[in-house]
Amino acid sequence: MMTKRAEFLTGIKDTLPILLGVLPFGLIYGASAQETHVPSPVAQAMSSIVFAGSAQFVTVQLIAANVPIGMIILTAAIINLRHTLYSASLAPYLKRLGPFWQMLLAYLLTDEVYAVVITHYQQRGAEARKHWYFLGAGLALWSIWQMSTAVGILLGAHIPASWSLDFALPLTFIALVVPAIKRRADALVAGTAGIIAVLAAHFPLNSGLIVATCLGIIVGILIEAKSKKRHVPDGEQEGRTFYPQSPVRRLMKHARKEREQ
Amino acid sequence: MMLWLMIICIGIITYGMRLSFIMFFGNREMPSRLLHILRFVPMAVLSAIILPQLVLPGSAIDLSLQNPRWIAGSFAAIVAWRTRNVLLTIAVGMVALWILQMFLR
Repeated sequence: MMTKRAEFLTGIKDTLPILLGVLPFGLIYGASAQETHVPSPVAQAMSSIVFAGSAQFVTVQLIAANVPIGMIILTAAIINLRHTLYSASLAPYLKRLGPFWQMLLAYLLTDEVYAVVITHYQQRGAEARKHWYFLGAGLALWSIWQMSTAVGILLGAHIPASWSLDFALPLTFIALVVPAIKRRADALVAGTAGIIAVLAAHFPLNSGLIVATCLGIIVGILIEAKSKKRHVPDGEQEGRTFYPQSPVRRLMKHARKEREQ
Repeated sequence: MMLWLMIICIGIITYGMRLSFIMFFGNREMPSRLLHILRFVPMAVLSAIILPQLVLPGSAIDLSLQNPRWIAGSFAAIVAWRTRNVLLTIAVGMVALWILQMFLR
């Protein structure tokens, strides 16, 4: 088992590459807040009070478009609804911690930190000092987010649009999600969610994201239910390395046929 | 003043969502079926964020050569798949986008 310090530093280290994608996104957020004339203190305070990139981004756009405040709050809430899923997914690993740690780590829970931390927990389980890893990852991301949004607000229009810095965010997510796709079910879940999100992009209040996510997860449940019913005996419920059409399975089938002839 | 109230409101709602299961449901055992389902969360959410940004440059789906984002994104996805390297994925994606944008100008 690693020491607290080692866990903390590993958390920071594992988050470093992701910061390369977060930094330009923070710059762009700051610049867009400046362009839309949202007061700088409000824009910067949002980075620590809300601390959720895409919701902040949309909020700034809606303020500029004079959308009523109630609608902006509702939209931001829907965009951020996915954090409930993150919370549920991490809860089993954090249940032994005291309320102080739970409250602290919940504050640091963002898309990127979730992706890094859940991979760590899934690979090596909830060892006693894993929360230090979470803290390291969370604080690294938090500091970079505060700094990059501040610089973005300062530079404002000096960041040319032709640099397309906003593209760094989807790239970061690609780097996180593609290696996580290991089984056919994963690919179908990701594909469904992605395609539905494109089709539902114009749903009111930006609800397309959460609709697409839920449908993707439902597809996963259906595949899982179907494959369990067909193949997996009771003892092998985990089904981690389970492929319905794996090469080995196909070979065995082939051999059986030959024997029968 | 209203803006301040608004962002505090959004902040409280967001924090509430982040804390929800960790604090209030975490002490109970979650059914293993639910845990199984939750494994799909990262893939579903992240893909739903990624894909619209690649194929919807404006308000309509654009899978032509005029839209460099889905091409650069595909390159990045291949790099991510082969190398599992976050830095390299972001770098290749950004450079691919810049080169494609140069040709389109």
